This record gives sequence, structure tokens and C-alpha cells, in this order.
Amino acid sequence: MSASDLAPITNSLPFLLQGLGLSVLLTAIAMVGGIVLGLVIALVRLTRVPVLAPFAALYVNGFRAVPLILVIFWFYFLVPLLLGRSVGALYSVLIAFVMFEGAYYSEIMRAGLQSVRVGQWQAAKALGLGYLQTVRLIALPQALRNMAPLMVTQGVILFQDTALVYVVSLHDFMTSVSIVANNTSSPVEMYVFAALVYLAICQVGNALAGRLKRASRTA
Amino acid sequence: MTSHEMIKVEGLSKSFGPLEVLKECSLTVRRGEVVVICGPSGSGKSTLVKCINGIEEFERGQVWIEGEALPSRGRAAARLRARVGMVFQHFELYPHLTVLENICLAPVHVLKRPRTEAAAKARALLARVGLADKEAAYPAQLSGGQQQRIAIVRALAMDPVAMLFDEPTSALDPEMIGEVLAVMLELARDGMTMIVVTHEMGFAKSAADRVVFMDKGAIVEIDETQAFFAAPRSDRARLFLSRILAH
Ligand SMILES: Nc1ncnc2c1ncn2[C@@H]1O[C@H](COP(=O)(O)OP(=O)(O)OP(=O)(O)O)[C@@H](O)[C@H]1O
Ligand SMILES: [Mg+2]
Repeated sequence: MSASDLAPITNSLPFLLQGLGLSVLLTAIAMVGGIVLGLVIALVRLTRVPVLAPFAALYVNGFRAVPLILVIFWFYFLVPLLLGRSVGALYSVLIAFVMFEGAYYSEIMRAGLQSVRVGQWQAAKALGLGYLQTVRLIALPQALRNMAPLMVTQGVILFQDTALVYVVSLHDFMTSVSIVANNTSSPVEMYVFAALVYLAICQVGNALAGRLKRASRTA
Repeated sequence: MTSHEMIKVEGLSKSFGPLEVLKECSLTVRRGEVVVICGPSGSGKSTLVKCINGIEEFERGQVWIEGEALPSRGRAAARLRARVGMVFQHFELYPHLTVLENICLAPVHVLKRPRTEAAAKARALLARVGLADKEAAYPAQLSGGQQQRIAIVRALAMDPVAMLFDEPTSALDPEMIGEVLAVMLELARDGMTMIVVTHEMGFAKSAADRVVFMDKGAIVEIDETQAFFAAPRSDRARLFLSRILAH
């Protein structure tokens, strides 16, 4: 690559960074929101809360059955209908991502909590700890160690999935890249650049997951 | 019920699906008494002990701790459970917490004791079992015998009125059994009310006031320790005893 090959990138850097910013923002909020929602769903299912537990199961299976792009469309058109006013593409996408990721994270959390030995729960019960105390103090810390690598992997997938927001005219990183590619007639340079960025982020995620996996084994 | 009755179990029955695991079990343990429960594998010993502090739910019967009926669930049940310590076969220390954190967890979060007070008590108890230097260690860094002694300390830190032991030495290497039994013997001598599921007949002979023999979910007989070892009344207990003493 020569310096001129990099021109389309450097010239539109602010625009690309804006796209990257949206992707990172979406990933962060969907991860945090999805993990919190996922935990609630997992607890409802694990404790078999009457009435709610079957709904939670339906929710999880429902969201896992449909493609994310459909969920994005849904919320884009559905939320305004429900609220009677438009909330804008960004908010509808945020809701869609959190709800969608909540379904996936709930399965990770559920498996994680179930992986904590029965004896650990019984010991906590024998000491007089309540269920939620046991989850918070005993089960989650152990489950998170086991699940952290999976949660990071899910986050990397999520980051890639943010590309789908172009369907509601938002500019994530990938969308920004293709806009620049079209405008500057430099598709090769731009798409190689995009691939490298995704690869770098995936590497960071993998390194993080690997470190968490090692940490959970030694401690 | 009189005040010297510490634990009372009456007509306790429990099933796992179609399998009747406990059949009409009744047992009264006096304050300061040590009762050893023995019996063949699968006879329901663990299940009985777990029902006594409400870890397992049961269908019929009732359990009283110091005259207070054990509710099946809710805060009141948790409060009553916290007064009966339990020691498990596989220790069940919390792997993500240090020894000191393991011991202080319930006093701080259940009894709402100040941390410094809980830690001071924990250190005193650790010293009593000869593990004062291990407070910062993680369970995985300790031997089985050390882990079990810490599990006992963890239960004692709650100031229990009684202690339940479910085969506390059967997961240990032979050379570590003695150190755990020594701690239990000392507890017994200090007047702790104890129910101990164990096949360590030496411990039963020297520490138990009475021996309970269980088979197929039923309490077959309850004897004074001497009488049990001299001559069990039932054929099943006699057979069990001859087998276990032959080892
Ligand atoms: N969670 C469970 N689900 C179904 N059956 C169970 C469960 N726990 C125990 N059982 C069964 O209940 C019976 C009694 O079990 P328990 O563990 O109380 O026996 P035990 O006397 O402690 O035996 P061991 O000496 O092997 O520890 C056994 O037949 C066992 O298979
Ligand atoms: Mg058992």
C-alpha cells in the first residue's frame, strides 16, 4: 500500500470514527443491558417463578428463533406504535439490541449458575443465606469466572452485528466504511481496512477471553 | 417439649419422586448430646440430616430446634437454619473467597455483625483448630483435612446451638482423618450438641452418647453407645456392625 491508498481513510477519519463510536456504544450498552436483563431472566427461570417462568422461556426461545435484523425492524416500527410517538432510530435500535442480547446472555448466565455445584448452594442455605444473597455472594462470582470467556465471545459477535443498523439508516462502522468506499471509489482499500479493524477487535476480545479463562482456572 | 430437648424430629417422611427415602423418622437429641448416625449406603442418613436444618424439604413430619418448629421456607426458616451448623462431606468452602472471607461471610451477611468483630472471632476460632496462619489462603491451597477444619470453623462462627456432620471424614486421605476427628472430639467435650453421620466407629465409641442405625429410609434402632457396640438389637444392625468392624 502506498500513501495515496491511505488517503480515503485519513481524509474521512472523523466520519469513520463516528461510525466506530456508534458500534462501540451499541456494543457496550447492549452488553451491559443484555447481561442485566439476562441475569433477571435466568433467575426467573431457575427459581421457576409461577406464571413468569414460562413467559421467560418463551421470550428466550422467541428471540433466539428470529434473526437480529428482524428484531431491529420490529422495534423500529413497533415502539412508535406502542408509545404513540417516534423515539428515533437510535433508541429503537438500542432497545432491540438489549432485548435480543438479553435472550442470549440469559442462556449463558443460566448455564453458569447451574454449573455451580449443588453443595455450594446447600452450604449457603445451611449458613442462613437467602436465595438472592447466595446468587450474589456465592454463585455469581463462580459462574462469572466460568462464563466470562463466553460473554466476551458474545460481545465480539455483538460488535459485528451492529453492522445491521444500516437498515434503519444509522451509520455504524461498517456502514460508514461502505459509504466512504462508494464516495471515494476505493472499495479495495476501504474493505481491507474494515477487515483489519474487525480482526483487531476480535483479537483483543480473544486475548481478554483467554486471560479470563486462565484467571478462572488458577484462582 | 422440655428445654433440654435441643432437636426433635417426629414422623419425618420424604420421597424423591416415587422413591420413599425417609419413612416416619423420629429422634430427639438432648442439649449437649452427641448422636452418631450410621447405616448402609443409600439408607437416607444424608437426607435426614439435611431435613433437620431444612436444606431439603420434606412432605410429612415436623422438626423442632430448641422447641421452635422449623418452617418449610421463608425468612424464619433461614433464621432458624442459621442456628444449626452443618459440615459436609466435600467441605463446600467457597473457592473464590479466602479462608477468613469464608468464615466471616455468614456472620456479616446473615447476623449483620460488624466486619471487625466477625474477623476477630474468626481468628480466635482458627487458632483453636491450629490454622491461624491460613486466614489469607484460598481453599484450593489447603489440604482436605485443613479445608474440613475450616468448614467446621465456618459453621462455629455462627454460634450454632447444634452441629450436624454428614460424613465429615469420608472424603479425606487416611492420614488427615485424625486431625478432623480431634476437632470434633474437642467440640463434643465442650458440650456441643452434635448429630454425626459417620462410619468412624472409633469416634462413635469415644464421643457418642447414643447411636442411631438406619436402613432403607427408616430408623431401625437407637441405642446407648455401649449397648449398641455390645449387642445391637436388630439383625440388620448386627450384620452392618460386623461388616464395618471387620475392615
Ligand atoms: N436429589 C435426589 N434425587 C433423587 N434421589 C435422591 C436424591 N438424593 C438422594 N436420593 C436417594 O435417596 C436415597 C438416600 O440417599 P442419602 O444420600 O440420604 O443416603 P445416605 O444414607 O446418606 O447414603 P451414603 O452413605 O451413600 O451417603 C438414596 O437411594 C439416593 O439415591
Ligand atoms: Mg450420605
